[in-house]
Amino acid sequence: MTTAITRDDVLHLAQLSNLQLADDEVESLRSDLTNILDYVTQLSELDTHGVEPTYQVTDLENVTREDVVFEPTVTREQLLETAPDCAQNQIKVPKVL
Amino acid sequence: MTVIADYAGKSALENVKAAIEAAKQNNEYNAILSFSEERALERAAKVDSGEITGKLAGIPFVAKDNFLAVGTTTTAASHFLEHFTAPLQATAIERLEAEGAICIGKANLDAFAHGGSTENSAFGPTKNAGDQTRVSGGSSGGSAVVTALGIVPFAIGTDTGGSIRQPASFNGVIGVKPTYGTVSRYGVVAMASSTDTIGCFTNSAADAEMIMDIMAGRDTSDMTTLPDFFKPVEVKANQKIGIIKEFMTDDVDEDVRARVSDYVEKLKAAGHTVTEVSMPILRYALAMYYIIVPAEISSNLARYDGVRYGRRADSSNLSELYGKSRDEGFMAENKRRIMIGSYVLSSGFFDAYYLQAQKARTLLINAFNELFDTYDVLVGPVSPTPAFKIGENASDPIKMYLADIMTVPASLAGLPAISVPAGQTSDGLPVGVQLIGQRRSDAQLLALAGSLEGDA
Repeated sequence: MTTAITRDDVLHLAQLSNLQLADDEVESLRSDLTNILDYVTQLSELDTHGVEPTYQVTDLENVTREDVVFEPTVTREQLLETAPDCAQNQIKVPKVL
Repeated sequence: MTVIADYAGKSALENVKAAIEAAKQNNEYNAILSFSEERALERAAKVDSGEITGKLAGIPFVAKDNFLAVGTTTTAASHFLEHFTAPLQATAIERLEAEGAICIGKANLDAFAHGGSTENSAFGPTKNAGDQTRVSGGSSGGSAVVTALGIVPFAIGTDTGGSIRQPASFNGVIGVKPTYGTVSRYGVVAMASSTDTIGCFTNSAADAEMIMDIMAGRDTSDMTTLPDFFKPVEVKANQKIGIIKEFMTDDVDEDVRARVSDYVEKLKAAGHTVTEVSMPILRYALAMYYIIVPAEISSNLARYDGVRYGRRADSSNLSELYGKSRDEGFMAENKRRIMIGSYVLSSGFFDAYYLQAQKARTLLINAFNELFDTYDVLVGPVSPTPAFKIGENASDPIKMYLADIMTVPASLAGLPAISVPAGQTSDGLPVGVQLIGQRRSDAQLLALAGSLEGDA
């Protein structure tokens, strides 16, 4: 299986990833992504029929804690201070539409 | 070499001032991104007055700049978080501070910990402690270099696929990647949540034991943490050790293999049995890693949207704000990984890539488990080469990824693995040997490494 990534694929992936790429980034990403996907495609050789996937390696299951309210260590004001733009105790963003 | 015991009985203020001074004198290595001078000196004075006490009272250390720490910026070596000042502190740092340790500053890394050389830092590469024309390794390059230079007796870092072990081997210090879940990741910039771990760099196995013992344990703010199992132990006699055949092929630098073989002789001389073992599935581990980890990265890094914190690009509408902020804030390697992640998770490709990789991961874990039915420890190199030249691999992502080929297997399986100094190449470059153990055998690995220290 060879994986040819086109310029359009790069732009589609950029859109899925919320990245507004500059024009000069597209070609180098196209070539890098093609090479990386070519490399990882070797996994298709491996017979995994009937094998369960692993998603985590903690050995832990159903970790619970007391259902109690605890005092937050960070205040609303401190969090708002890290925001690039605020107004009326809210984070401000440009128009959505 | 600087160990924690060297600081005993000295004034904390003098220790901290000396460490900051030494760090500033060595700024050509570009290992430190910011200092926490005011807070560090304040805390040192409190140690000297007896107000702060503990096992690490007055001991200076450095944290990789992806740990949130009060009194410094947390940049993750990225333009995205260049001016980000954390309102809270990582649990790992809290626990070290509770024992009196003093964080003097933040160490350089590959941006968002994506890389194996610290060349992907938005603030320039960190240079190798022994040869400034070579890379420090990565992504925790700065932490390794400040430990190797003796600026501090220990530093902390993160290891997702080798980011502690590989720079430790490149700079000749001990590097510990613990069992997955040993140390809380609360307050640490997330990369790949199923393999992210927190560990340390030291100049002795005993120091590493002490630091891991202090950082380990349950944290209700990170529900993946294990109940505290980490307790220093005596080394077990007559261990059965497997040397991994697939890590000792002709593709691996000759001097690296020679130093690993020397270490194996030391293990035998100490009464352990060393046998060659084979794990054919290891050849697929890197491919698994570069599917699973980018997938998790694409998800974890979605939070950097320019809205709540970090960089925000000039923009006239919200969609442009997301897209431009992310384009400006991420480095090329961040974008590659995010986009590979988007690819392997997208409909039509999910089964062939992501699901296949997670099934392959099960086979890898099974293969490790089978070996651990017989063997206590697996041994091999940390990296196929010693530290490479700055710029040598920078233009070829695959070549850079191949530097991780021996460290990613333990990460995918959640196993503890440490890098131990094992001498030098004929050119004088440090070589590290990797010891991999069963889950929760971290202290036993360090005890084994400690038992062989000093009789080089």
